[in-house]
Amino acid sequence: MTTTELPLTRLLLGRRAFGPMGGAKAPVLIERNVLVYRRLWLMLASGFFEPVFYLLSIGVGLGKLTGAVDGVPYTDYVAPGLLAVSAMNGAVFDSTFNVFFKLKYGRIYDAMLATPLRVGDIALGEITWAQLRGLIYSAAFLAIMVVGGLVHSWWALLALPVTVLIGFAFGAVGMACTSFMRSWQDFDLVTLALMPMFLFSGAFYPLSVYSHWVRVLIETLPLYHGIDLLRSLTLGRVHVGLLWDVLYLVVMAGIGAVVAARRLERLLLT
Amino acid sequence: MAVEMPQPAATPMAARELQGLLTNYRRTWRASIFSSVLAPLMSLVALGMSLGKIVDAGPGAHTFGTVDGQPVKYLLFLAPALMANTAMQTAIGESTYPVMSAMKWQKTYHAAIASPLSAFDVYLGHVMFIGLRVLMNCGIFLGTMALFGAVEAAGPAGIGPLLALPAAVLTGLAFAAPVVAWAVLQERDTGFSVVFRFVMIPLFLFSGTFFPVSQLPALIRPLAYVTPLWHGVDLCRGLALGSATAGSVLLHVGYLAAVVIAGLWYGARTFRRRLNP
Amino acid sequence: MAQITSADAPLIKAVGLRKVFPPAKRGGEPFTAVDGVDFELRRGEVFGFLGPNGAGKSSTMRMIGCVSPISGGELTILGMDPRVDSSRIKARLGVVPQEDSLDLELRVRENLLIYGRYFGLKRAEIAERTAELLEFVQLADRAESTVEPLSGGMKRRLTIARSLINSPEILILDEPTTGLDPQARHVVWDRLFRLKQAGTTLVLTTHYMDEAEQLCDRLVVMDHGRIAAEGSPRDLIERYSTREVLEIRFAPGSGDHESALAKAEGLIGTGERGSIDRLEELPDRILLYSDDGEAALAAVHGSGITPLASLVRRSSLEDVFLHLTGRTLVD
Repeated sequence: MTTTELPLTRLLLGRRAFGPMGGAKAPVLIERNVLVYRRLWLMLASGFFEPVFYLLSIGVGLGKLTGAVDGVPYTDYVAPGLLAVSAMNGAVFDSTFNVFFKLKYGRIYDAMLATPLRVGDIALGEITWAQLRGLIYSAAFLAIMVVGGLVHSWWALLALPVTVLIGFAFGAVGMACTSFMRSWQDFDLVTLALMPMFLFSGAFYPLSVYSHWVRVLIETLPLYHGIDLLRSLTLGRVHVGLLWDVLYLVVMAGIGAVVAARRLERLLLT
Repeated sequence: MAVEMPQPAATPMAARELQGLLTNYRRTWRASIFSSVLAPLMSLVALGMSLGKIVDAGPGAHTFGTVDGQPVKYLLFLAPALMANTAMQTAIGESTYPVMSAMKWQKTYHAAIASPLSAFDVYLGHVMFIGLRVLMNCGIFLGTMALFGAVEAAGPAGIGPLLALPAAVLTGLAFAAPVVAWAVLQERDTGFSVVFRFVMIPLFLFSGTFFPVSQLPALIRPLAYVTPLWHGVDLCRGLALGSATAGSVLLHVGYLAAVVIAGLWYGARTFRRRLNP
Repeated sequence: MAQITSADAPLIKAVGLRKVFPPAKRGGEPFTAVDGVDFELRRGEVFGFLGPNGAGKSSTMRMIGCVSPISGGELTILGMDPRVDSSRIKARLGVVPQEDSLDLELRVRENLLIYGRYFGLKRAEIAERTAELLEFVQLADRAESTVEPLSGGMKRRLTIARSLINSPEILILDEPTTGLDPQARHVVWDRLFRLKQAGTTLVLTTHYMDEAEQLCDRLVVMDHGRIAAEGSPRDLIERYSTREVLEIRFAPGSGDHESALAKAEGLIGTGERGSIDRLEELPDRILLYSDDGEAALAAVHGSGITPLASLVRRSSLEDVFLHLTGRTLVD
């Protein structure tokens, strides 16, 4: 009876208005998005170029002047940080601006729900699409890192799934936040949260420049954990403590997904 | 018998358009303050102060110029350049969606030319409004620079950093004049993200803001010299640090002014084409 | 035999159906949009919900469309419970929502393609249906256009085409012509009429009495979340109104309106020719219900009332609604 329901969505659900949440029909959402983005390929491509521009400017250009940081060339140090930032930005943009537009103005989720699709199909489809996009960007960026000799270890292979974890954690929380937003004005808060995280979470320099308490504060932010994980993997400095970073992101993804799924159901099925 | 009617001068009419935009701005200023002031300010703190510690201790510390024989600290090197970037970002931000909104969504341009204002008045009024916005944002930025110790007395009578403010406004106008002229032609907003991502961000990253253009590969360097932002960055930096020469100031101001004039010429045509077809 | 009974069984059956929205603010009052309604939808008919804005029509439609959980009572659609089988029910419904929910990022043809994919239809099958449907709603020449520049009427027709992509057994339309200009409304009515001729079962809501009279075989009059009356348009008029109506108007502020009202009450039920059954007072006119409007007008003149303007017309659903609720449909 629950063949159309994935175990994950089932786990995440509380009171449901209409039986199973679905999830198995998510691929048609991806089909739709592919159709839309076929015409917006330049926008798609720009998501790849942004971190590359930063890498060339701050990493290579400024890196020539800074010398080694944390025992490695500055470019090697910055690259994994930019990879984490790009995974975060892509996921947040997709799950906030795009979802809000479709929810409030496009009404396209309403149209979808008039068909056999369920809320779970929509949520899973949108998140999966965002992850696919992010995965392509991350893979391309990693390839550039390999070609540029910025990768020090085979552990870097694990960086790809880690970018997906980062994207999922930020995407789920982003979607949950979006469900509480009322107008475009509220998106200033999104920028207000992202910008300092981008600049202060250690993408560009070691936290050792900070005083103890600032460092403790930064270590509570999710992006710090993403950066720490990716940097340790690409520089080959793997240790058991990294599991804390993974745990942090997994918990964040789980909480975000539960809140997002419940809120979306309440918003769409009234 | 034709009586020659005195033609109202363009400027007072453009001032009316400006007044209208200012009234509207009182309602939306908070959102734009964030993106145009707070963001560069955070860059200043993170990159100028924290990363600056590493840069100043690095092997390239001397690359950022010298004042009185001392190498310039990275914070002081970066701050005036970020001010020029604030000017560019404010100008481009105000020249894209607000223009499309006034042209297509709110149709305030159409309302304006139904009054005695001409298409050129409307255009000039908008560009002047953006100039004021740039002045405001850069003024706030300069004030905060001083709070963070990113300003030191330099230049004639020590007012170099203050001279950088009009230089930043000129830089902003060099973006506003052509971008407004172009934006009024747009039917969709997709072109705007291309401008943000493929023009604004590369300029921000490669026009001498974070490191001297001399560090760029020789092949790319001439490209940087053509961009208005490099002229704005170098002008603001030279004035703020007191390292500018009369020749360099003349070159940069002349270049930026030429871009503004070319933009105005272009805008006069595009606005007339769109508003009085 | 079982098959015959199932063919006769109602496609939709509601008993004591309720929809209560939780309070918008903490400590506020819950809002009852639908307050215990009973109705049945039979195969092949056009069934309408007539009522003013806020009568509970849209809430009822959303419950039928399985996007709004029911708060009480029973609802059976195509023999299934929407709380359990929403997906399977929706696979057999077509929905035209009150506000167009077209996908603006897709072209006209792509809107039908992707919508068909949501139903799990094959691409080849969709392509075939798309050609037919765009022809049917007169949009074949706009297939490659983007959606945004289409007129309101075209968007509505596209929404109707989209709702038919899965060859639905029941087509649900929530105020299909609200906001359209008269010409566009007639095109939509014509298409809906053709669907009805072709045997599609339609459920629609409207606050236009002419729409209900033109399209509906059977309708319910809704007011304040309840059903006030049920029947065919002709039944309802016969049951709740007279054959004809005399409308009389007076100069505003002259006091004639008030004095005429008192005199006209004397004409009720006299049993003579031109006797009136009852009257309704509206702010700008008085309606006198009689089986013979012209005779009623003569009687009015005879009693010393001299209206500024008078009009004799046949009774409509508007009169039924006025009689049942004391209010007009569109104010």
